[in-house]
Amino acid sequence: MHDITVVDLSRWQFATTALYHFLFVPLTLGLSFMLAAMETVYVTTGKQIYRDMAQFWGKLFLINFALGVATGLTMEFEFGTNWSFYSSFVGDIFGAPLAIEGLMAFFLEATFVGLMVFGWDRMRRGQHLAVTYMVAFGSNLSALWILIANSFMQAPEGAHFNPVTMRMELSSFSQLIFSHDAQAKFVHTSIAGYVTGAIFVAGISAWYMLRNRHTELARRSFRMAVLFGVLSTAGVITLGDALGFVGGQAQPTKLAAMEGLWKSEPAPMPFNLVAFPSQKDQVNHADVQVPYALSLLVTHSMDGTVPGFDKLEQQAVERIRNGIPAVEALQTLSSKPGDADALAQFRAHEKDLGFGFLVQRYSEDVSKATDAEISKAARDTIPQVAPIFWSFRAMVAMGLAMLAFFVLGVIYSLRNRIERKRWFLKFSVLMIPVPFLASEAGWLVAELGRQPWTVYQLLPTWMSASTHSVGYMIFSLAGFVGLYTMFIIAEMYLMVRAIRKGPEPPHAGDSDWDSGPVLGNSVTGQAEG
Amino acid sequence: MEIYGVFQVIWWLLLGVLLVGLAVMVGMDMGVGTILRYVGRTDLERRVALNIIGPHWEGNQVWFVLGGGAVFAAFPLIYATAFSGFYVVMLLLLWSMILRPLGFEYRSKLPSAAWRSTWDWALFVSGLVPMVVFGAAFGNLFEGVPFHFSWNLTSTYTGSFLGLLNSFAILCGLLSASLSVFMGSVAVMNGGEGVIYERSRTLARVSSVLAMVLFAAGGFWVHSMQGYVLTNGPGAGVPQTPMQQVVTLTDGAWFANFHAHGLLWLLPALGFAGMLLGLLATGARRSHMAWWLGALAWIGVIGTAGVALFPFLLPSSSVPAQSLTVWNSSSSQLTLTWMVGFALVFVPLIVWYTSWAFYVMRGKVSAEHVAADEHSY
Repeated sequence: MHDITVVDLSRWQFATTALYHFLFVPLTLGLSFMLAAMETVYVTTGKQIYRDMAQFWGKLFLINFALGVATGLTMEFEFGTNWSFYSSFVGDIFGAPLAIEGLMAFFLEATFVGLMVFGWDRMRRGQHLAVTYMVAFGSNLSALWILIANSFMQAPEGAHFNPVTMRMELSSFSQLIFSHDAQAKFVHTSIAGYVTGAIFVAGISAWYMLRNRHTELARRSFRMAVLFGVLSTAGVITLGDALGFVGGQAQPTKLAAMEGLWKSEPAPMPFNLVAFPSQKDQVNHADVQVPYALSLLVTHSMDGTVPGFDKLEQQAVERIRNGIPAVEALQTLSSKPGDADALAQFRAHEKDLGFGFLVQRYSEDVSKATDAEISKAARDTIPQVAPIFWSFRAMVAMGLAMLAFFVLGVIYSLRNRIERKRWFLKFSVLMIPVPFLASEAGWLVAELGRQPWTVYQLLPTWMSASTHSVGYMIFSLAGFVGLYTMFIIAEMYLMVRAIRKGPEPPHAGDSDWDSGPVLGNSVTGQAEG
Repeated sequence: MEIYGVFQVIWWLLLGVLLVGLAVMVGMDMGVGTILRYVGRTDLERRVALNIIGPHWEGNQVWFVLGGGAVFAAFPLIYATAFSGFYVVMLLLLWSMILRPLGFEYRSKLPSAAWRSTWDWALFVSGLVPMVVFGAAFGNLFEGVPFHFSWNLTSTYTGSFLGLLNSFAILCGLLSASLSVFMGSVAVMNGGEGVIYERSRTLARVSSVLAMVLFAAGGFWVHSMQGYVLTNGPGAGVPQTPMQQVVTLTDGAWFANFHAHGLLWLLPALGFAGMLLGLLATGARRSHMAWWLGALAWIGVIGTAGVALFPFLLPSSSVPAQSLTVWNSSSSQLTLTWMVGFALVFVPLIVWYTSWAFYVMRGKVSAEHVAADEHSY
């Protein structure tokens, strides 16, 4: 039997390490393509400044990349170390995209990143450009396969339960990789990375412009970033809407939590703009509603409805009752493989197997589950509403703010007024953390909204964890927190230092170069000829 | 044999290929980390050693990540049971391994001697510890690991952390560390000159002798050990759980496959030959040849261990009947088929572009270049 404290600690550890890993991933996804774009301009026009840009931003890229790779190692193994039952139960399906990610994507990215850094003088321009593109394609392909894997947890497709091997098995590889959720999620998430790259470059360039340093490089980088950013942000918002549409159909409880929907209502449904959801009373306090908006947003029509938790919880009760015989049949099949009666019973109740597992948390022998235990399990199907509701609104608000920022940035930059808009430059610097926070908020919505399941409506979280002791879990969680804290301090320090230092001095005869005062340099303020 | 059984065996072989890739490529980089403080006495010497593998360590490390992913995809029950059972050891492995990317990227970014020395120690730890753990994990496979399953295949590990660090496991860990030091040393010889070349040559010779002694000692030890025998069960190519077989323990049973198929003795012979000829090649200053011989030694060692254990992958010492084998822990036929397809396309592609990367960055790494190049580690 699982110790719930261990399950909770395992969740904390996975959430901490995954959210931390995803501080570095979006910048890799976006900046790699921006590096490729800069180098493309260099190769096609031959202007040295674009090579300087690619090399300077490439240096910052690497500081970020190192931690992304390091923390990604943890993720590859953490399913096995901490989610042992999950791994054996769905590994037949879930393991495949992870392995393909290594074969097809991570190898490409990691092999060529070394050449990108060390190979400037060893290859022809076109070859080096191709290498940079390989890094960008590799990192984005990597995100594709990881998100296919994640989508299986959200909206499992292409799999069935095999009572002979007692686990989920693949039935259709194409359904797994072409699931609607995976497609919408991949585009939404990877483009969110492009937004991150764009704001990172724009913000740091603005910082240089404010200090009159490296202005030529900063101006060009800024313009490229805001153009890249405005397109990307529009894409993120469009695909976010699509993901909400697809995900809302696949995961009604997540949608209800995002919208604070305790009671089902007739169409057209109002949208809760602001509310304080109470998990205990199952109501929203002090809500501000926009009439009709929810039907439009989530069903793209005026007469569409989505169920509230009142209906969903009732459905869960029925599905738990229907799932109990499936679990009983499996217990029989475990000791008597091939038992025909048990197999028939399993087939009849198969679709609610996961709900049967849900009640096993309260009643190990599911046949003895009481009505009270069944309603407790049904109540568990409602995720924690308030954090999901607010993370979702925070993400959307940040997305809209970034869109406004990029639109203004493009206007100022194309009119060549950007250096006079000092308030906007200062604002650009302040925008740097926003896309990182928005990505994290998005993951909170996705993963908290999936609870209480690791695989939606198939496998409860409480069953999925490894059977460790509390002591082991405290040890490992403390270890990760300690190590990761040291890493982020070192990373931020090196990043800030590299930004302050700025691009390296130019090669001889480079007329595009403008020298500004360098922080900590003894010649600061002296007139230079 | 059913076609499913054929795919199971193919994936068992592919697992071997991935382990060899991991041992050769990651092991080489880790060996450089292990010997860094000895081979390089000055900061510049250490930087030269680091920059020899600088352009490649990142790509090489993916063998480790891919190894994890491939075990997950092809043998999910192994991935789930072994990595959770070996929890503290896995943490040691992961924590030391995640020091490595930072050691490379961050070490030379600041001029402070204390900063650099700290990262050099980090590189030492992240070179030595994972290789010892890697070997020790294999050692534990021969002795069996205490775990069992509940009715729905929830695994529970009943041993202690220290139980995994027993004397035979440590011997295997030292063997793996020796081979890693050998590969790291010849890599430094390949790309280095002068004093670091001579120091790593010494280390290569010592480590190859050590590896031969440890490999031989391990063989004798295993001979006196109780091995596992699968006496009854559904067999190859039949979908099953680990609850349906009969397993017995017999003295010297880990040699049964060799006795049954004499040709398999070529694998340990290959291991010894690689080490011995590697020793001679380093003596003759043929470091490139020594590198390839070291790779052959790894194939021999990993092949020997894999063949000795076959069809077992993770024997259970507490409930031997629930031991995990190639037949009861693999993925379904459909998954194995898809994954064979992906591996057949991408593994050759990886080998091809990795070779190209090494070709582009070929030649000696000079101290002047490292000192002058802003991109150097």
